[in-house]
Amino acid sequence: MSDSQADVRTADVPVPPVGPVRAGGGATTAPSPAGRPRSRGGADWRKRAEIGVLAGPAIVMFVTFVILPVIMAAYYGFFRWKGFGVPTDFVGLDNYKIILQDSAFIEAVQHNAFIVVMSLVLQGPAAIAFALLLNQKIRGRSVIRVLIFVPYVVSEVIVGTGWSLMLQTTGAVNDLLEKAGLGSFATEWLSDPSVAIWSLMIIITWKYIGFAVILMLAGLQSIPEELYEAAAIDGASYWQIQRRITLPLLGPTIRIWAFLSIIGALQLFDLVYIIWGQYIASTAGTSTMATYMVLEGRNAGNYGYGNAVAVVLFFISLVIALVYQRFVLRRDTAGALTGGKTK
Amino acid sequence: MTTVTSAPPLPGSRPAQVIRKDRSLRWGSPVTYLVATVLVAICVGPVIYIILGGFRTNSQITTDPSGFPGPWQLGNYGSVLSSPLFWQQVGNSTISALSTTVAVVVLGVMASFVIARYDFRGSAGLYSLFAAGLMFPMTVAITPLYILVKGLGLTNSLLGVILPQIAFALPTTIIIMVPFLRAIPKEIEEAASIDGASRLGFFFRMVVPLSLPGVITTGILAFIGAWNGYMLPLFILNNESQYTLPLGVQAFASQYSVDTARVLAFTSLSMIPALVFFSAFERRIVGGLTGAVKG
Repeated sequence: MSDSQADVRTADVPVPPVGPVRAGGGATTAPSPAGRPRSRGGADWRKRAEIGVLAGPAIVMFVTFVILPVIMAAYYGFFRWKGFGVPTDFVGLDNYKIILQDSAFIEAVQHNAFIVVMSLVLQGPAAIAFALLLNQKIRGRSVIRVLIFVPYVVSEVIVGTGWSLMLQTTGAVNDLLEKAGLGSFATEWLSDPSVAIWSLMIIITWKYIGFAVILMLAGLQSIPEELYEAAAIDGASYWQIQRRITLPLLGPTIRIWAFLSIIGALQLFDLVYIIWGQYIASTAGTSTMATYMVLEGRNAGNYGYGNAVAVVLFFISLVIALVYQRFVLRRDTAGALTGGKTK
Repeated sequence: MTTVTSAPPLPGSRPAQVIRKDRSLRWGSPVTYLVATVLVAICVGPVIYIILGGFRTNSQITTDPSGFPGPWQLGNYGSVLSSPLFWQQVGNSTISALSTTVAVVVLGVMASFVIARYDFRGSAGLYSLFAAGLMFPMTVAITPLYILVKGLGLTNSLLGVILPQIAFALPTTIIIMVPFLRAIPKEIEEAASIDGASRLGFFFRMVVPLSLPGVITTGILAFIGAWNGYMLPLFILNNESQYTLPLGVQAFASQYSVDTARVLAFTSLSMIPALVFFSAFERRIVGGLTGAVKG
């Protein structure tokens, strides 16, 4: 159908750009009386040119600054290299051996795993509950939505600076606890290794739950109103409706949110680096794979090693992403993450 | 605080009864409001703390860390606002965020148009390529990216921050835009082509205006992402006059670590643009995400 349309269109419009380039093909240099195949070829060429012009710049940018660095990391990871000139000191898999045996890295992996799990456990149920609450037609709903999104919009640096001031030993949090008569709960929020990672979890939850809520709200809004009306007519209670209609239909949204949350938690860098700085993170028990990478790579000037850590981080994320897509998202990505199956 | 803002202006006292009755219908249960208020307080509290802290003196903060300003001090904000370095960094952040946003929207819409509306082999593959980018935020690529940017001679230049930012914002943009562009009915395209519009004409005359909601959503997300970006500027920019605001905040916080009040003032001022941008367009963002979540 679209082909015949293309024919009509290009027959109307003179097709100057077609001639010279097709001439390179050699077949139809002379103005052919049999116009049909020629104009079809022209439409095809024209379409390809349009695709190239429209999509080309984005592809070039994406490949240069996203794909290429990952390939570069794989290459540099095999060298001991200080970042100057061409890497020559090929060390094979040595960097990877060191990484996987370094107890600092193993600890960082454990912290990441903890953050992944706790982010899901803390944010998921709370976000669903808040979204259900805010999906009701209550007054001031739009204002509430803006306000709970504030932490997500504020930059990591500001969040980190603000919270580290509040969580100081002589900071606002301990002071408030004191005033509320809960002075015994006051503690070293940032430096006590048994507490620090929980402080980090509080900050992460605070920062990112708004995003989860907004996502859930968007998911809730795509559930057809008729289903609720039908259920109400059938005499279903509020909780029955939530359990039997809302939660199942919210499933795709929840699974995509969980995916984004897991990937984000694996790559966590900014907050830890800002609050705990370069050197304290590991002693406070909050180091992550990414802070380890920056610390041992760029800050130490060992670029080969840093790239190898990046590869390990990439590989761990990739495996988790693929497993998650294979077993969890398969049913409902609607092509969003596995490719355009729905097309 | 949640209820005040959207209350309709009350007319004279006479129809008050009717209004109250109507109102009581729309008010939900008090529990809902209580929970909502607590939630909002938790979300906004720390931000308010930062803003109010800027209005206090250091001795006020030391003696009563969680108190209110009393008396209010304008000096901290004044000294930040009169510092040329602050404005320099505001300028850098603005240049970086605006050029990233414009480029991401233009490149993203063009590529999404191809993926959504052209039938060709590899269109699904192209979509997967960009979607895969969603899995890998900048963290993974930052070390080699730094080497790449250094190789291009763009360290210590805003361009070295902007170009990678554009590339890394493309996946989100394309994922959000493609469903938008697919949703434009085929009939419109057919009608346009009968009227003699080429596919590119269709793109400029119909697609661009029709996809405006998606464009705004992705534009805002790109702007906020670029405005708040930390890791990339941290690697690329070494010179304080080139810093964007997040780096500026951090440098300021470590340089004046004893002057807590001024740090808080600097911090509050640097978050205003992202907050304003976001609250102006919040509704659009939820709308745009709704399309994307539905697939």
